[in-house]
Amino acid sequence: MPKLILLAAAASQALDVSTLSPASPPAESIRFLFIVVTAAAAFILAIVWGVLFYSLLKFRRPRLLKDGLPTTEPPQVYGSLPIEVAWTVAPGLIVFLLTLVIVRTEFQVHVREQQQPESAKILNVTVIGHQWWWEYVIERDGQRKPGVVTANELHIPASTAEQPRPIYLNLRSADVCHSFWIPRLAGKTDLIPGRNKNEMWFATRETGLYVGQCAEYCGTQHAHMLLRVYVESEAEFQAWLANETKPAVDDPSVRNGKQIFLTESCVKCHTIRGTPAQGAFGPNLTHLAARETFAGCMIPLTRDNLRKWIRDPQEIKVGCLMPAFGLSEQKIDWITDYLMSLK
Amino acid sequence: MYVLMAIFFLVVAGCEALAIRWQLIKPGNDFLNPDTFNKFFTMHGTTMVFFMGMPILIGIANYVVPLQLGAHDMAFPRVNAFGFWTTLFGGCLAYFSFFVPGGPPAVGWFAYAPLTETTFSPKSGVDFWALGLLVSGVGTIAAGVNFVATILTMRCPGMTLTKLPFFCWTMLWTSLQILVAIPPLTAALIMVEFDRVLGAQFFNPQNGGSAYLWQHLFWFFGHPEVYILILPAFGMITEVVPVFSRKVLFGYEFMAAATMGIVFISMGVWAHHMFAAGMSRTLDMYFAAASLLVSIPTGIKFFNWLATMYGGRLWMASPMLFAVGFLAMFVLGGLTGIMLASAPFDLQVSDSYFVVGHFHWVLIGGTVFGVFAGIHYWFPKVTGRMLSERLAKWQFWLLLIGFILTFGPMHVSGLLGMPRRIFTYQADRPWQLWNQLSSLGAMIQAPSYLLFVINIGWSLRYGRPAGDDPWDAWTLEWATTSPPPSYNFSETPTVRSRRPLWDVKHPDDPDWKYE
Repeated sequence: MPKLILLAAAASQALDVSTLSPASPPAESIRFLFIVVTAAAAFILAIVWGVLFYSLLKFRRPRLLKDGLPTTEPPQVYGSLPIEVAWTVAPGLIVFLLTLVIVRTEFQVHVREQQQPESAKILNVTVIGHQWWWEYVIERDGQRKPGVVTANELHIPASTAEQPRPIYLNLRSADVCHSFWIPRLAGKTDLIPGRNKNEMWFATRETGLYVGQCAEYCGTQHAHMLLRVYVESEAEFQAWLANETKPAVDDPSVRNGKQIFLTESCVKCHTIRGTPAQGAFGPNLTHLAARETFAGCMIPLTRDNLRKWIRDPQEIKVGCLMPAFGLSEQKIDWITDYLMSLK
Repeated sequence: MYVLMAIFFLVVAGCEALAIRWQLIKPGNDFLNPDTFNKFFTMHGTTMVFFMGMPILIGIANYVVPLQLGAHDMAFPRVNAFGFWTTLFGGCLAYFSFFVPGGPPAVGWFAYAPLTETTFSPKSGVDFWALGLLVSGVGTIAAGVNFVATILTMRCPGMTLTKLPFFCWTMLWTSLQILVAIPPLTAALIMVEFDRVLGAQFFNPQNGGSAYLWQHLFWFFGHPEVYILILPAFGMITEVVPVFSRKVLFGYEFMAAATMGIVFISMGVWAHHMFAAGMSRTLDMYFAAASLLVSIPTGIKFFNWLATMYGGRLWMASPMLFAVGFLAMFVLGGLTGIMLASAPFDLQVSDSYFVVGHFHWVLIGGTVFGVFAGIHYWFPKVTGRMLSERLAKWQFWLLLIGFILTFGPMHVSGLLGMPRRIFTYQADRPWQLWNQLSSLGAMIQAPSYLLFVINIGWSLRYGRPAGDDPWDAWTLEWATTSPPPSYNFSETPTVRSRRPLWDVKHPDDPDWKYE
């Protein structure tokens, strides 16, 4: 598992979210396109600014002649067909060349056109956007059926030369439009309700933490719909997957908390696999304590933070869809203990 | 009145913008709560587009177009008044949402479904927003009809369409574009209200509606809309640049054709706002290539403006100052537009601050600089007094510096992965510096608009008398008194060329010999 990262403490060491430090083929292709287009734009800008500032310096009316003093008019030039044709055709050529580069990049970043080597082991993940958190359904390796269901933090294997591991995301939304964006891995793709064929892919060689967030305005807490993707070695990923596949921990010492969880309204929204809690509205909590953050990756997962959250989520994330239930402090303690046991 | 209303809404939306910038000055700021922030950016965008941008352009054109045509008034003065009052009423309706339970809408000016459905926005803010836009849209269409009728039928003797002053030419095409672009928006807004009030399901995917449909309808209006906002500014620049370069416009025919080209192409590129929405690869490539094509006529315009200045005798009075500001800045916005049109690159930067930087750059570096050039140019005609050049220069430089500082850094924060429409950001993201620069820029920009308002007030009373033709210009509006008498001209003028006053001033070498 990657080392625990405290969100607040990390301020001095900013996380890399730049579109210009790509770590996956689609993001790399896009950066190449960025360089080409920027070069073309700089070239055009240099011409326009060059002529503009040259004219300003060269043809500025002398101050002596300002206001009123008689002056002759400069020669009147009404136009010129060859020149007009030239500056219609030249930009046309630039546009044509740019289009060719765009078409090439277009083929590189979109899922279906990607030629994968035979040895590639594709990992299919269904991403479902909710106000304001992410749900992942990770396919069991090699089998086209859902395996692990988790929320907000996604773990994926790194891609190596011997073992390419492209990740295919199928993007859906449970409510309004969202957009999945981790700048270092790929451009964004929207999650649109009622449209289940939006897809994207990436494959990254560097292990580590990649962050991003929802990029399509989706309501009150749009700003706090954050994304964390952990890219791990194959072994680490398999270990994580194995743990996620297990049923929830059932520790007798936190039985009180479990009891309250199952009798209060928690079960209406949350699932804990292996218990009667089967709600689908909120994040799956089966292995909550194995995560580093919660509430849409907004808050580091500590016992203290979780207690505060259960007491009154609105105080931490105003407008979020989980209400405060007015539980006694004792009950909150028990539930927190129970949830913290769900490794 | 149009212009005064627009300036009022400019102040309102400007204050909203300042609050937004203040909120983003540091991570985790709590100056505005999330809902207020979302409401402010919704109303800021809506106001600037519908109640500031279009009215100020229509207002100026209402005054200038009949003068340039040598006409006594607009074709339908009552329709004109109707257009103004419906636009104002629409603005009031939208702003009335501040006084209803739940307050103004918090759905963004683009109002993507299904966020606008009652499930997600149960309060009436969205209704006021939709009805306000619908009503003001009616006013805009009225204005559009009026311009088309005026320009096509009320030109003075001798003024064929090929001798039309350029501002009138752009207004003609802008108006035609209004007539094509606004009705789909009106229809879409009615559909939203059907959904919300009558239980229709146009945009509700749970019941077979389509979230996608709204995006197509909205951008089929929304993309031409940006040209509705920029073409009149092109027209103003095209009036100012030749006069202050002391040269005839270079390549009138190509400029006119380029205007038409922009209008036609812009109708077919709306889905470049939707590259990230998962269209097919084929559609992506079509919309990318079509969007790039817009750069060709725009490029023609630029080179012709530059050619007009080249070899001229540049008089850097305030209208020309703003026009040059426009030329220097708008080109950059156009170039980032080319970047955004490159579909795969758009996947990284759409819905990021790069886009926010881009379109503010275009709308302020383009429309606002153009409008200021126009207002400084025509103010003497309207009021009979000159604006203070000293205040105008302060206004220009504050605006230029503030504008670059506000919207330049946004391109960087966007490339660094900052999404737009977020009310706050985490301390571990590398965006704080760039946001502080942007906020600082906004603080520099704000007094520039204030100076403009002061300048207008001061010059109305104390400005130097202008005389009929202070700029030694060539189009018909300068042939009448400043301010013009009612019915504009004591006798209907006759023209033989595009620059009737040049012909009068240079009888030995008139324009009509060459046209």
